[in-house]
Amino acid sequence: MALDLVRIDDRLIHGQVVVGWGQPCGVGFIVLVDDAVATSEWEQELYRMGVPPEMDVFFDSVESAARRLPEYRADRRVGMLLTGDIETMERLVTAAPSIRTVTVGGIHHKPGRVARLRYVFLTPDEEAHLRALAKRGVTVTAQDVPAAAPLSLDALLAGDGVG
Amino acid sequence: MSESDAPALAPKAILAGHGAFAEGALSAVAQITGLQDRFIAFSNMGLGPGEIEARLRETLDASGARLIFTDLPAGSCTIAARRIAKDRPDVVVVTGVALPTLLSFVCGSDVQAAVEQGRKALTVLEVPRGA
Repeated sequence: MALDLVRIDDRLIHGQVVVGWGQPCGVGFIVLVDDAVATSEWEQELYRMGVPPEMDVFFDSVESAARRLPEYRADRRVGMLLTGDIETMERLVTAAPSIRTVTVGGIHHKPGRVARLRYVFLTPDEEAHLRALAKRGVTVTAQDVPAAAPLSLDALLAGDGVG
Repeated sequence: MSESDAPALAPKAILAGHGAFAEGALSAVAQITGLQDRFIAFSNMGLGPGEIEARLRETLDASGARLIFTDLPAGSCTIAARRIAKDRPDVVVVTGVALPTLLSFVCGSDVQAAVEQGRKALTVLEVPRGA
């Protein structure tokens, strides 16, 4: 499978993704799954601008991403799939149950969210949705950069915002 | 030198980036020129995309700055700054900034000239061999 990294990150394409993961892991393409971005040329151009020319970016809705998943997996390059929130990832996993691992890479502070890690803040509802993903057999971990060790879902949800 | 002879100060600008990039770069600007107060340091640390954009807008309004320097083309500060520039045509965004550009700008160059200074400064220095 060439879609090696499936990540939830509210910043979508940003420095940590393009440089932090992109360079050491040799990422050749990014699949950005977001229903709003998938229908906006301006948003797509915004995200494409910071990506080096040798890295392809594909924009999909949840529906089109699920449909095109076999195509992405057949790609020999290293690929990274991104959603901006847990709800979108949950819908994608429902539409494409073959996704077996999900990394929480960055969900930042908003009212109602509690700090679990330095880079992960969650509402009780979002925590329940992550647990629901795990109950469906998806391995959920948290990891912001490749140099950090991945944390289990239990460790993530037990966090106090410091780690 | 009388007050009227004093060189015009560079316009205010925001320097935005990852971690303590802006703070660190401004400490170098301070050491070299003493003109660090022409910049407002901004970090994306711990902020979601909506919060980065909202705080950048607040910083622009509060400071009167119309120029945003950012560190990385793909960075979340750059994405937010471009969103702002979309509905604020008076705002200019410069990305990929390093110290030579900041120094050139703060010493009076216009934005294009400062960017060019930054480009020229990025060089692989050849070590003299032999002799």
